[in-house]
Amino acid sequence: MSEKLIDSGNNAAAMAVQLAAAEVIAAYPITPQTPLTEKLSELIAAGEMDAEYVAVESEHSALGVCIGAASAGVRAFTATSSNGLLYMSEQLHWAAGARLPMVMCVVNRGIGAPWSVWNDHQDAMSQRDAGWIQLFAKDHQEIVDITLKAFRLAELVHIPVMVNYDGYYLSHTYMPFELPDAAVVKEFLPAYEYAHALDPQKPESLNTVTLPDSRNDINGVKQPGYMDIRHNLHQEMRLAMDVLEEIDADYQQRFGRGGTPIIDPYCCEDADYIVVAMGTLANQFRDVVDRLRQEDGLKVGVLALQIYRPFPTAKIAEALQSAKGVMVYEKGLSYGNQGALYADLKSALYPYPARPQLHNFIVGLGGRDIRTEDLCQTLKSACLQDDLSSPEQTDTPQWIGLQL
Amino acid sequence: MPDSRFKVLTSASTSGPGDAGRTGSWRVERPILDYSRCIPAKTGKSACHLCWLYCPDNVVSKAIEPKIDLEYCKGCGICAEECPAKAIEMVSEENFVAGGEDE
Amino acid sequence: MQNPSQQMIQIRWHGRGGQGAITAAKVVAEATFKSGYGGVVMAPTFGTERRGAPVSTSLKVSREKIYDLSPIQFPDIVVVLDYLILNEVDVTVGLKPGGLLILNSPRSVSDHPFPDFRVAVANVTKLGIEAGLRKGIVNSGIIGALGKASGLVDIEVLSQCIANEFVGRKPAENARAAELVYAATEVSEPSRGGSHA
Repeated sequence: MSEKLIDSGNNAAAMAVQLAAAEVIAAYPITPQTPLTEKLSELIAAGEMDAEYVAVESEHSALGVCIGAASAGVRAFTATSSNGLLYMSEQLHWAAGARLPMVMCVVNRGIGAPWSVWNDHQDAMSQRDAGWIQLFAKDHQEIVDITLKAFRLAELVHIPVMVNYDGYYLSHTYMPFELPDAAVVKEFLPAYEYAHALDPQKPESLNTVTLPDSRNDINGVKQPGYMDIRHNLHQEMRLAMDVLEEIDADYQQRFGRGGTPIIDPYCCEDADYIVVAMGTLANQFRDVVDRLRQEDGLKVGVLALQIYRPFPTAKIAEALQSAKGVMVYEKGLSYGNQGALYADLKSALYPYPARPQLHNFIVGLGGRDIRTEDLCQTLKSACLQDDLSSPEQTDTPQWIGLQL
Repeated sequence: MPDSRFKVLTSASTSGPGDAGRTGSWRVERPILDYSRCIPAKTGKSACHLCWLYCPDNVVSKAIEPKIDLEYCKGCGICAEECPAKAIEMVSEENFVAGGEDE
Repeated sequence: MQNPSQQMIQIRWHGRGGQGAITAAKVVAEATFKSGYGGVVMAPTFGTERRGAPVSTSLKVSREKIYDLSPIQFPDIVVVLDYLILNEVDVTVGLKPGGLLILNSPRSVSDHPFPDFRVAVANVTKLGIEAGLRKGIVNSGIIGALGKASGLVDIEVLSQCIANEFVGRKPAENARAAELVYAATEVSEPSRGGSHA
């Protein structure tokens, strides 16, 4: 039986991992992720979850354990935040290059220095090129649903998946959600079987120094060189988007929720101006959209990006073809350039005929309050600013909520 | 549940002769085995075989008369170094350039 | 669609670190959810607070799903677990005219003049001891005052949620504290008019 309950986002994630029957959990505590891993260790200690909890001394080791577990054909899970994710960085690239399926929740938090425990997206954005699939949840229900889908996706496409959700806004906030029926989850997510699982009867050398060129192995079979392996990762990561849609369709059929695994548009059909955002920020904009439509008669909509890597280039560009203006609001940036999401989106639009006017806003870094009032005002003035100022000016990110 | 659309290229190899190509051409010295000293050959028992054990390229057979696969032997000389009976001698490849001499 | 803030009840809780304001807000979140509110968001404000320092927590309640998770700026209700915080924090900041201010205080409601607001007062600390709790446990009791003054959720549901939350930590006494406070809460209407929250 599915169950409706009210609990924190971290507990929602833990319950989803329990439902997914992860077999190895290795994690190092870091705010705001800590309650998630505490909950998992409690579930295991209480015998409510049949998994091995490996206490490690660092995030680097946590992901190392998951790499080992996944190599042995075991369903592995870890979670972290902020600097913990950065400490994993080397292992992130390794897990992806070795094509090991696993799921990690990243409870998004600003990066030090200076220390901040509060939310922004810089941690995940900074690891966008590691070869992981990066999904973003907007509420507790999505944390549960996306985590379950993530395990199946990772195991089908053999690429590790990061499930991102906002620190505090979701991790420590209580809100209602539905936990799916365990028996149906079992049908949706069968046990993980890995064809190349480590086998003492079949010794192999894995990911040793791999030559630039392809070569024949001892059986005369052509083996890929480094570049072939990396090209294949890229191609199959692009293809993973199709697989995510298929998985989502199956999930929707079984559990009644889904339909927007890639982009989640709200009031975009007739919109002249479309906001693009990720995570809880995109949901906050739903109220902004309602208000500007009602009070100012502005045809605005918001497009939530549910997946950042692979970047849904065509889907997002097509969704913006009839917009006059596109406003990208984001909680992170590529220092010295502009918002990373903004730059990606701009590049996605380039080959398409319609070139809406673009605006970039940086908000909420290190947990700076994102006032709905400020979102309303900045969005409204961007909509009304019809005449393009200098290209350089329009292409420069505007910071919202600065106090100095 | 493999998906046929995904090739999942990874770097995996089984160690064995030829793992790095036809490495016999790398050899400047050739191991020559004197079966009159070789322990398994002399005793007719599967004893010793340290040459088989130590060969980093897996090119020595574990036979009563051990054989070295010159197609892949790089001539590193570890077998000669380890042989307790001093049954293996490393001989310069120059001696085999003209062809005709057997091993 | 109406302005979402008009359909939403926003409650800001003020307490001291360690006093259990978050737990209290969590219990009320659970109770409102059980009473049929589909949109419930309880968001603790996290900082570097320590035991004893003033802390606050947000609870938003709505019939519909809530999308805006930003902190409450204009609450309908403010709950204060310790009236001495009034000396340190402007707890009524943003409180809508006619909004409800709930205080744990040993004084009477007339000793707390807030002309713009409805004020509800109960001696939660004393009633908690009467209910069999250790001195200073006020987070269960204050829920009774909120139940009485706001009418948001029935006291039976609140008692039940308190008992569930305090399993192994005097559940019956904690529920009883809320019931005693419910019965004892005094409410005064705003002297300057304004509508109810």
